[in-house]
Amino acid sequence: MKIETEKVIIVKELTKSFGDFIATNAITFDVYKGEIFGFLGANGAGKTTAMRMLCGLSRPTSGEASVAGFDVYKYPDEIKKNIGYMSQKFSLYEDLTVKENIRFYSGIYGLNKLQLLQKTASLLEQLHLNNEKDTLVKSLPLGWKQKLAFSIALVHNPAIVFLDEPTGGVDPITRREFWEMIYQASAKGTTIFVTTHYMDEAEYCHRVSIMVDGKIEALDTPSNLKIQHNAKTMDDVFLMLARKAQRQAD
Amino acid sequence: MISVQVNSISKKYLQNKTEVLALDKISFDVTQGELFAVIGPDGAGKTSLFRILTSLILAEEGSATVDGFDVITQYKEIRKRIGYMPGKFSLYQDLTVEENLNFFASIFNTSIEENYDLIKDIYDQIAPFKDRRAGKLSGGMKQKLALSCALIHRPTVLFLDEPTTGVDAVSRKEFWEMLKRLKQQGITILVSTPYMDEATMCDRVALLQKGKILSIDTPENIISHFKNKLWAIKSKEMYPLLLAMRSNSSIEQCYPFGEFHHVISNNEKELLSIAEKFNAELKVVAPNIEDCFIALMQNNAIS
Repeated sequence: MKIETEKVIIVKELTKSFGDFIATNAITFDVYKGEIFGFLGANGAGKTTAMRMLCGLSRPTSGEASVAGFDVYKYPDEIKKNIGYMSQKFSLYEDLTVKENIRFYSGIYGLNKLQLLQKTASLLEQLHLNNEKDTLVKSLPLGWKQKLAFSIALVHNPAIVFLDEPTGGVDPITRREFWEMIYQASAKGTTIFVTTHYMDEAEYCHRVSIMVDGKIEALDTPSNLKIQHNAKTMDDVFLMLARKAQRQAD
Repeated sequence: MISVQVNSISKKYLQNKTEVLALDKISFDVTQGELFAVIGPDGAGKTSLFRILTSLILAEEGSATVDGFDVITQYKEIRKRIGYMPGKFSLYQDLTVEENLNFFASIFNTSIEENYDLIKDIYDQIAPFKDRRAGKLSGGMKQKLALSCALIHRPTVLFLDEPTTGVDAVSRKEFWEMLKRLKQQGITILVSTPYMDEATMCDRVALLQKGKILSIDTPENIISHFKNKLWAIKSKEMYPLLLAMRSNSSIEQCYPFGEFHHVISNNEKELLSIAEKFNAELKVVAPNIEDCFIALMQNNAIS
């Protein structure tokens, strides 16, 4: 896939400390427009802390970062408007219906009435959820929830969407349908920043970074990482690097 | 000797006033000392099955025995003999590591010392934190403590419901190594997981989908039943390649699979011409459990 050279995330020596503990230790990387960027690491490696800074939710201790053209120190609120976010743990309101969730998030992101009507119609159509529009989200199958949550994270056409372990627990066909939605969004120019525990999904990414003890220990295309570490699969690369970790998980 | 016997078990739930069949006439046996996995996605019925076998809920139809005891009439015997680690962390969060372990040992009229050899390997890794409250442990440590508590009375059968869900690749690997060592102690282990790649760690697996068993066999045999010739294709432009494959009528199937797409097609010539057009690497590969699961799901959808 062709990656444009426009950088949408620029990170230099970004650090976050909590007292003596350096959760994220001087990480440096860029992410390009339309890229699917895999952000891997064992539990406790510092991924969540780094992601929170990039989403404008947590102020860095030091270093520089800009996301969608906005500085993380100066314009965290502008960043929030220009990104989408989805995690398996929390995304949709379970006690609202499918339609109400779409309306709620569209409202939060400032879509007007006409845009809301169009978005609702097109989303329900694309996801084949027309018959389920008045169903409470909690009674949808997990795979449907995940697809709906991803679509809603894109409702305001953000430059970047952050996906924090989006696909756990679903069957292999549904998991692949989800990844095809990611491919589609990427092909339209949306940047995808994704964390996952599935190493085969790491292979779907254009580039992958692996964090160990707060630092980025490796960053390259999956095929280059395998060559560099003389490994057959990304699973082997990950195990090789993550086993060096000294610190305990979160 | 048969350790767990399941005969035509069915379980229904009411959801939005409609009946959902969580388990649909499931039958299988597990031999003593076997490491047996129930593999399936969220909603397949794994937890219902485990809760029936651990005597926590009742099946509508069918019967089951654990260690020779009936899950309904002899449930008290079963509860003495089994170890159960539910999917949701269920230890006492405000007791320390050691207090939790002591608590479970005393419930079963035993002591930590009596069965320490069984858990030593696992407990040693969390022993430095024995005065920490369970609620303050990391995910990996919680999992080790829960396993220690499930083992402290030396159960004959161990039920582990999704012990590796949400756990990173390193901890998952370590966990399976622990299970292999436990198996050598003669304990029968039933484990459920949504991760297809864990199948290869087991003696036998049951692939479960929507309350039905799609296949039950050794991982090797399941793979050997995959009928089609499987191709793997890779190019610089993976998504356009996928779309091109899908729109070609001579390609039966094409789905992303790690760094490759997996392809099923009898038209080798057409496949070669697409590969050439995309400057793609094309090769024949051996299927794995995930390919089998996908194929079985689709056959099931047709029938």
